[in-house]
Amino acid sequence: MSAATQTVAVTGLGVAAPNGLGKDAYWAAIRTGTSGIGPVTRFRAEGYPAVLAGEVPGFDAARHLPSRLLPQTDHMTRLALAAADWALADADVDPARRDAFGMGVITAASSGGFEFGQNELRKLWSLGSQHVSAYQSFAWFYAVNSGQISIRNGMKGPSGVLVADGAGGLDVLAQARRAVRKGTGLVVSGAVDASICPWGWAALLTSGRLSSSDRPERAYLPFDRHAAGHVPGEGGAILILEDARAAQARGARVYGTLDGCAATFDPAPAPGRGAESGLRRAIELALDDAGAEPAEVDVVFADAAAVPALDRDEARTLRAVFGQRGVPVTAPKTMTGRLYSGAAPLDVATALLALTEGVIPPTVNTGPDPAHGLDLVTGRPRAAELRCALVVARGHGGFNSAAVLRAPR
Amino acid sequence: MPAAFTLDDLKRILLEGAGTEEGVDLDADILDTPFTDLGYESLALLETGGRIEREWDITLDDSALADAATPRGLIDAVNTHIGTAAA
Repeated sequence: MSAATQTVAVTGLGVAAPNGLGKDAYWAAIRTGTSGIGPVTRFRAEGYPAVLAGEVPGFDAARHLPSRLLPQTDHMTRLALAAADWALADADVDPARRDAFGMGVITAASSGGFEFGQNELRKLWSLGSQHVSAYQSFAWFYAVNSGQISIRNGMKGPSGVLVADGAGGLDVLAQARRAVRKGTGLVVSGAVDASICPWGWAALLTSGRLSSSDRPERAYLPFDRHAAGHVPGEGGAILILEDARAAQARGARVYGTLDGCAATFDPAPAPGRGAESGLRRAIELALDDAGAEPAEVDVVFADAAAVPALDRDEARTLRAVFGQRGVPVTAPKTMTGRLYSGAAPLDVATALLALTEGVIPPTVNTGPDPAHGLDLVTGRPRAAELRCALVVARGHGGFNSAAVLRAPR
Repeated sequence: MPAAFTLDDLKRILLEGAGTEEGVDLDADILDTPFTDLGYESLALLETGGRIEREWDITLDDSALADAATPRGLIDAVNTHIGTAAA
């Protein structure tokens, strides 16, 4: 098998989600349709145009991380470091026993450490520059999760960060797969985003896509006639990617293989041009990359923007590729809110658990608009024999990404 | 003359500003242990220096921080400044 088509396996999952801290708690919540969306508690959101969020429950950073890391990390980095620890443990990998240059870290980010940055800016303007933490130099930065994971675990192989809103969460897995195929034995990838603080909230509100509802069960309704924006969430997933044969040789459990990846960009709007986005091409390229016909796909994890025009575009695209109600579609992110770059890695983790358990987790709260022509799995989980899953992720500004996962052979 | 800067002051400021590395005991005899062995790199020392400057209302030379390889070295440098400032 040539390097370009070498199979890459996912062998470890670390999850920090609004409806479950840790993979097992998350999966237990997701398969029973338990939502983690509620009123914002991380700051006083009363009076803001959006008042609901998906907040990760019960995370005590001091229990998971040495005190050395606390003064220099934003909340999102603490979650990412803990999730990376869990993913490595889940993969039964001890980084200290591996070649430092044979391990890379490639994560996505969409906002960086906003809460940390907000606190330091407050000190700058209220107390003066002498009061700004030296760690502000990197703690706010998009690449900080990759950097801190690499330092904590002694990983010196190919590393980096990708910033493409929600689509970046799949693009990093594609980049991690490239790194594995070029000879890096193990790559820690995925993303954790968290910016539920006044500054982060102000930034998120500028998208115009946040739900103004104060009712958790009515706030985020993708593919519903009442779709009116989304609820922001925090968290995501960190995944361990390895060469499939090496994983097999060391006796690792394989959740599934990352067989297809693609990314496209929407064409610029122009007079007389149709409204079709680049999403269909992203899906078709990912299927082609995986050597999969549409009929092979057993379930689709939708981007599920809950913005009517984007829902219509995604539904139209799925109908075009798979046919009217041609494949089960789900959006478990209705239970977490949208996690920005953390959403797609979490969807990939969810898809891999779904392949393992033979159950499609539901889309909650949504009553699908029949005009979309989707077989949306709503209300309760659906048992199914699952071999192949498609995950779709989009980013504000025209990013489209898709990934095809298969159960281990 | 202001109170002298002591090891206890330094330990408190290190803890507040940079925490402690796993497996490091700041209450052990650390006066002559290199900062790098205690798990503090240059940025941790920059943060520590900034906190000392704010609390003691002094300005340390960049070289005073860079040259202080151990707690004893940093404590001596700070006390030299406190003495100079008071003189």
